[in-house]
Amino acid sequence: MPRAAAAMPRPANQRDTGLDDAELRERLAYTWGRRPGIIGWLTTVDHKEIGKRYLATAFVFLALGGLLAAIIRLQLARPEAHVVGPDLYNQIFTVHGANMMFLFAVPVMQAFSMYLVPLMVGTRNIAFGKVGAFSYWIYLAGGVFLWVSFVLDIGPDVGWFAYVPLSGPQYGIGKRADVWAQMITFTEVSSMAVAVETIVTVFKHRAPGMTLTQIPLFVWAMLVTAFMIIFAMPAVMVASTSLILDRLIGTHFFNQAEGGSAILFQHLFWFFGHPEVYIIFIPATGMVSAIIETFSRRPVFGHVAVIISLVGTGMLAFGLWVHHMFATGLPELGASFFTIMSMLIAIPSGLQIFCWLVTLLTGTPVIRTPLLFVFGFFFIFVLGGMTGVMVASIPIDLQVHDTYFVVAHFHYVLIGGAVFPLIGATYYWFPKITGRMMSERLGVWNFWLAFIGFNVAFFPMHILGILGMPRRVYTYQTDVGWDGLNLLSSAGAFILAASFALFFFNMLRSARVGPLAGPNPWGAGTLEWLAASPPPSHNFDHIPFVTHATPLWAERESLPIVTGISVNTREILITTLADARPEIREASPDSSIWPLIAAIATTIAFIASIFSPWAAVWGSALIGVTLVGWFWPKSMKEDEE
Amino acid sequence: MKTRTVADVSSLPPYGFGTSASTWWGTLGFCAIEGTGFALAIGMYLYLAFNNPHWPLGFSRPVHWPGTVLTILLLLSLIPNVMVDRAARAHDLAKVRWLLVLLTGIGILAIALRFVEFYMLIPRWDSNAYGSIIWFLLGLHATHLITDVGDSVVLTALMFTKHGRAKRFADVSDNAFYWYFVVAAWLPIYYLVYWFPIL
Repeated sequence: MPRAAAAMPRPANQRDTGLDDAELRERLAYTWGRRPGIIGWLTTVDHKEIGKRYLATAFVFLALGGLLAAIIRLQLARPEAHVVGPDLYNQIFTVHGANMMFLFAVPVMQAFSMYLVPLMVGTRNIAFGKVGAFSYWIYLAGGVFLWVSFVLDIGPDVGWFAYVPLSGPQYGIGKRADVWAQMITFTEVSSMAVAVETIVTVFKHRAPGMTLTQIPLFVWAMLVTAFMIIFAMPAVMVASTSLILDRLIGTHFFNQAEGGSAILFQHLFWFFGHPEVYIIFIPATGMVSAIIETFSRRPVFGHVAVIISLVGTGMLAFGLWVHHMFATGLPELGASFFTIMSMLIAIPSGLQIFCWLVTLLTGTPVIRTPLLFVFGFFFIFVLGGMTGVMVASIPIDLQVHDTYFVVAHFHYVLIGGAVFPLIGATYYWFPKITGRMMSERLGVWNFWLAFIGFNVAFFPMHILGILGMPRRVYTYQTDVGWDGLNLLSSAGAFILAASFALFFFNMLRSARVGPLAGPNPWGAGTLEWLAASPPPSHNFDHIPFVTHATPLWAERESLPIVTGISVNTREILITTLADARPEIREASPDSSIWPLIAAIATTIAFIASIFSPWAAVWGSALIGVTLVGWFWPKSMKEDEE
Repeated sequence: MKTRTVADVSSLPPYGFGTSASTWWGTLGFCAIEGTGFALAIGMYLYLAFNNPHWPLGFSRPVHWPGTVLTILLLLSLIPNVMVDRAARAHDLAKVRWLLVLLTGIGILAIALRFVEFYMLIPRWDSNAYGSIIWFLLGLHATHLITDVGDSVVLTALMFTKHGRAKRFADVSDNAFYWYFVVAAWLPIYYLVYWFPIL
């Protein structure tokens, strides 16, 4: 909400105690609102504004990645096609994978987290709002960097995991592999920043009374994800940085001839890469919990068991990475350990599914589009999980490694496990974000097109893989017997694409002409539905006092609140970690241009440093100068708050 | 929805130290990220050491004296670091100022010693994988030394201005907290680079 142009009389140190509702709302809107105009847009640190930008940008990257998928399916629809040549095809599948993993899947989950977590825990902004703004600009820069490189024919062409030696100095000539490596740096810096913000928000910014077990399951999921990001993503940064060093200044980390190891790169990559799957999947389980809870009209059965499952899944996810490397000839005992771990992780996931099913069976389910997508998730994800147990077995993995069976498996897991809940979540929270409902009729069409299109597109790939079709081939001969199934798969892909077109159309149309939603159109129980739709810049007029995991269901008559918070400075309440007792009042950052300036400096440093090692030196100095500007207090008042 | 007030928080302090402050947790989060980076770099060293028939590859271990002097300096710096944290919590501006000047001086000396270490490393980063990984370990830690000292310089300057009051004492405390991490992260690297057994 733009800040009112006319300055209001602002008594010093005014608190919310005793103000009438209209005056309270007016003062908070002034204090927390953004500045008018383009400057306001560039300087805002409001988690909702940043979250919406993340969402919109991630959906643009989804559409762009989808276009590449469509080209892939056109090329493979028939044998010996010439839609694109092999060199461009290599870039297309690499950019498709890298884009979908690093620019869509992780950021879109963090976008929901950025928007929803502060609302769901009952606070007014995410912790370190300026860091959130910085993270968005860095993410945008990394995405634009990848796509501009692709358009300029220097898009990476080494697969989304960029194995050495193909990506190393000997074979990865030109700058294509460097673009991959530095895109990683951009996106991981961004993700790790949001992860730290999320953890601090959940640990310290919760509304008073919200004990650990009363935290909504979606927030728990994002908390576990944030921890996974912190411990997984440094691995890919170490991998990509070492790769750049090998390519730029002649180090030998991955050069077998000089004592390095190509397998080391795979270990580093997959130590990140496998948790990455769960970094995408666990937020989706949080979305599923939220949707099932609301549409079953009861709290999730086994709330604490689901929390334990989430934490368990997060921990076990770090013990699986070698199952991506069974074909590298690792010692048998070690490989067996990773087989066991790969099968073990099915247990907490299965436990969650059990809790959801019991919730549905013992509740009074109301079938709406969000729940339809959850049903689609159950079907597709369980199938993907079953092929996952298959490829966890070394003999099967060796047979189907690098075939379309694996392509089918991970699309079942990722699209079924993450994208279906994500679309359901979009239908679910769209009214909160925009104030308007999405069309239910189009939603049902959207679901069935997606469900049918997905299965027609990806199920045949299992069979193609068993028939021996390798991944990443740009074409195949007429006599190998793969043409019929490939044509079927391509037809399914275009039905799936139509479902996404309908999804985007529904969003764009509903944002303008959808029925008004009101604060709580679904009758849900968690705190984000207490705020208006869309929420004002300060989120809540009063900071709620929480007594239950679904406070809006537990406190139907009147809501307990705390008072004593400043209304003329951006002040938030800090509470203790375990039982959320009020601890201090703390300042929340005001709008600032410095995150954007720091992001521009960082972008210059990152891009220049793939051309010259000295850019790391002068680039760091440049970033340092911007950080001094960022942190230096702008007024005496800042020291006191 | 109707509301009922159950608590008033106006008497709570406007900032805090340690675990009551957001910044402390944020610093801890970044320590966890960077600590994971250090752990992985150490893992890389060990992986390369145990996957080669001989280690170090074609070179003897580097001369340890610059690293040892640096280690002693860093360990001694913990004393003024503890003191500055306590002084900050006591809002003792005069003490905070001179301790910050001392710690910044120690930090600059530590960076100088790090450059001596680089200068005296026999294998270059591009000699072989052994050279690469020890330069990487020292370089990774050097970035943390430089970052913290840069932060300390700015904070010291800040504490000599009119801003040196109230919440800034909490910033001093957080800066001291990060220095513990920088020192702790160095110890395993010191062992690996200078004392790891010849295999």
